[in-house]
Amino acid sequence: MFGPEQGHFALALACVLALVQFAVPLWGANRRDARLVGLAPYLAVSQLLALGYSFLCLVMCAVSDDFSVQNVAANSAVSKPLLYKITGVWGNHEGSVLLWTLILAVCGGAVSLFGRNLPDILRGRVLAILGGVSAGFQMFCLLTSDPFERVFPAPMDGQGMNPLLQDPGLAFHPPILYTGYVGFAVPFAFAVAALIEGRVDAAWGRWVRPWAVAAWCFLTCGIALGSWWSYYVLGWGGYWFWDPVENASLIPWLTGTALVHSAIVVEKREGLKIWTVLLAIATFSFSLSGTFLVRSGILNSVHAFANDPARGVFILALLAIVIGGSLALFAWRAPSLTSTGLFSPVSREGSLVLNNILLCSICAVVVTGTMYPPFMQLLAGRTISVGKPFFDAATIPLTLPLLLAMGVGTALPWKRAQLARTFSHLYAAAGIAAIGLALCFWKLSGILPIACGALAIWVIAASVSDVLRRIGLGHTSAQGVWERMKNLPRSSWGAALAHIGAGITILGLCGMSQAEHAIVEVHIGETRSLAGDDWTLLDVHDYIGPNYKAMQADIAIRHNGKFVTILHPEKRDFTTQSQTTTEVAIHTNFITDLYGVVGDRHGTGKDTTYVLRLHRNPLAPWMWLGGLVMAIGGAFSLSDRRMRIGAPKRAAARNMARA
Amino acid sequence: MTRKTRRLWIVIACLACVGSAAALTLRAFSSNIVFFMAPSQVKASPPSPDRTIRLGGMVMAGSLHRINENGTPVNAFQVTDGQAAVEVHYTGILPDLFREGQSVVALGTVQKDGGFTASEVLAKHDETYMPKEVADELKRTGKWDPRFGKAPDASSWDTMTAKKAGG
Repeated sequence: MFGPEQGHFALALACVLALVQFAVPLWGANRRDARLVGLAPYLAVSQLLALGYSFLCLVMCAVSDDFSVQNVAANSAVSKPLLYKITGVWGNHEGSVLLWTLILAVCGGAVSLFGRNLPDILRGRVLAILGGVSAGFQMFCLLTSDPFERVFPAPMDGQGMNPLLQDPGLAFHPPILYTGYVGFAVPFAFAVAALIEGRVDAAWGRWVRPWAVAAWCFLTCGIALGSWWSYYVLGWGGYWFWDPVENASLIPWLTGTALVHSAIVVEKREGLKIWTVLLAIATFSFSLSGTFLVRSGILNSVHAFANDPARGVFILALLAIVIGGSLALFAWRAPSLTSTGLFSPVSREGSLVLNNILLCSICAVVVTGTMYPPFMQLLAGRTISVGKPFFDAATIPLTLPLLLAMGVGTALPWKRAQLARTFSHLYAAAGIAAIGLALCFWKLSGILPIACGALAIWVIAASVSDVLRRIGLGHTSAQGVWERMKNLPRSSWGAALAHIGAGITILGLCGMSQAEHAIVEVHIGETRSLAGDDWTLLDVHDYIGPNYKAMQADIAIRHNGKFVTILHPEKRDFTTQSQTTTEVAIHTNFITDLYGVVGDRHGTGKDTTYVLRLHRNPLAPWMWLGGLVMAIGGAFSLSDRRMRIGAPKRAAARNMARA
Repeated sequence: MTRKTRRLWIVIACLACVGSAAALTLRAFSSNIVFFMAPSQVKASPPSPDRTIRLGGMVMAGSLHRINENGTPVNAFQVTDGQAAVEVHYTGILPDLFREGQSVVALGTVQKDGGFTASEVLAKHDETYMPKEVADELKRTGKWDPRFGKAPDASSWDTMTAKKAGG
């Protein structure tokens, strides 16, 4: 019922359905044949069902330990816990490509279900584009990386999974990150459909924005989760390594953030149309390149555990078709889109334009830093690399004006603003930011952390004061405030929350710039002090885990003689994979993380010493908390009535008549 | 505000941002680019002590030992590309995947005495994958042809004769 052959057949069926979903609605839209266009949602849903069945088959193979399937034999083992048998399905190349296409199909299904208020022709075209991309990836899956391949003779047990990856954080990281990546396929499809149609208007902006916001939320969560994972699993005390794979997720996030903002201008003022379409295409192109970078091994990195250049050729062709094709269409059709909205440089639109320019500049810097080393190697044969110093020096100065503008932007009215009037709203926030600056001077060292910290406080204060002003606190009665709170659009709440989240993340990053660490070699009972805390190694003992041997240390921490906590860092030895992992121990009070790692044991008897690495990481949890707040903000604005209802009926009717 | 002046504003803003981004990038590149070097290259032309480089090669088997500098543990080991070996000093806990006889990449500076002080040591994620730079260097010097199986153990390189391609 759920065997690998059934799964393989369902995958092939889904691929054929996706091809039909690509061809028929486009042809139908061209011939103005409503019946052909109307087929698109049914095709999308049936493709989703077929693919879902196929994925379920692969999961069943892994759960039932069917080691005759190559993919399961290579990545699973009988002794593996059930959770990791399921999540291990997407922990490898073949399974992750299948997951990728499944998420794409889910997006198609969502457009079919939630896009009922879209004009039929537009919906047909959007689904057709999604189907085309889907078909490409499913073909990639079928032809070069078949997850259902059988192996003969079947081994008795699988080879198991890298113990480093057996972690709940990493188990759910890929699906969330992929949903973020793939979610931008929907704005992309909308952009291409708009180019084919030759028309972008306010209604289009309103339809496309929820999809962009949803994808952005997932991508934000995915990046935050990945960063958190490397913080507490890799045990280097770092949270972001400017690794090509990490950059590959940051780049679409930057353009996606720009897209979420520029789509507002399309929706409210019918401006920046061409730019928004280009951003939608660029964001998905960067998402696709992100997968390509990881899968092809063009950019080697510590994260790449699926290197295979042979598959790269197929992906490269797929990228050339999708990105090249959409850009060619853009070059051909974009001139026919004209902007109508006029606005002065000092206005909400003006600040959003500035936001876009700055985000894209940062993105350009990250792209350059990521792509320059491999290109240099290709062209000049010289192996070089750039790391944290480069990215810090190049991106932080561009982030400062962005933060400054974030605070001002939400206070500006549309069309034309009077600076004096706007600034009168911002006095309180500026005052708080000034106090923040003093606080930063006291607590932080280094000019960039101080500036970033003060500006982050400015962003938070300005967002809060903007909401307070809108609900009329201090000007109207309590009843009036309540009424206004209820009437304030959810998207305004969401925007304020997202900005506050960004401020929290930046504060966390500033705090982490002041992190201190020490590497010490101590006997049992010895005490070392780090930044005011006394760390005492109480004891070290060995124990046997389910599939590993572990060495566990007990480290007591006292602050000014007062007991704080005992940390239990471990070093685990996985015998079957002959691999060691480090289990970090973290004590957090949400202001400061105390982070302990136990290293090697040296000597024997009384002279036994242990290497410990001790970290004090101020504000570390804020980095991921801010990401979560940003995503919640995005989800809040998704729940806005205007987003759910979509465009006003009148505009929809007009579109229908024109179509 | 006419369409033209608005466009002018946007163009000015774009130029300012993109210009400063380019300037920042170039400035950061000129001071922060890290070159990869193999031990034989370090021996042949040592870079200046204030220049950070990435040193890559195999950890020579049996070369890892510890020095204790006033309570701070320092790991010392030899990194080789089969032609020359460089002594690397690293303060800290070596990564879980660090093994003698396997490939490693160290980030740091070359000291006046020819030794290498690492600020970061990277070992790879799994058993079969070797940093590309190290693999290229091994192939270039003829120590390893991937067609004939896995890379040889690092300790044997100094005595090995280079295999001819197809031989």
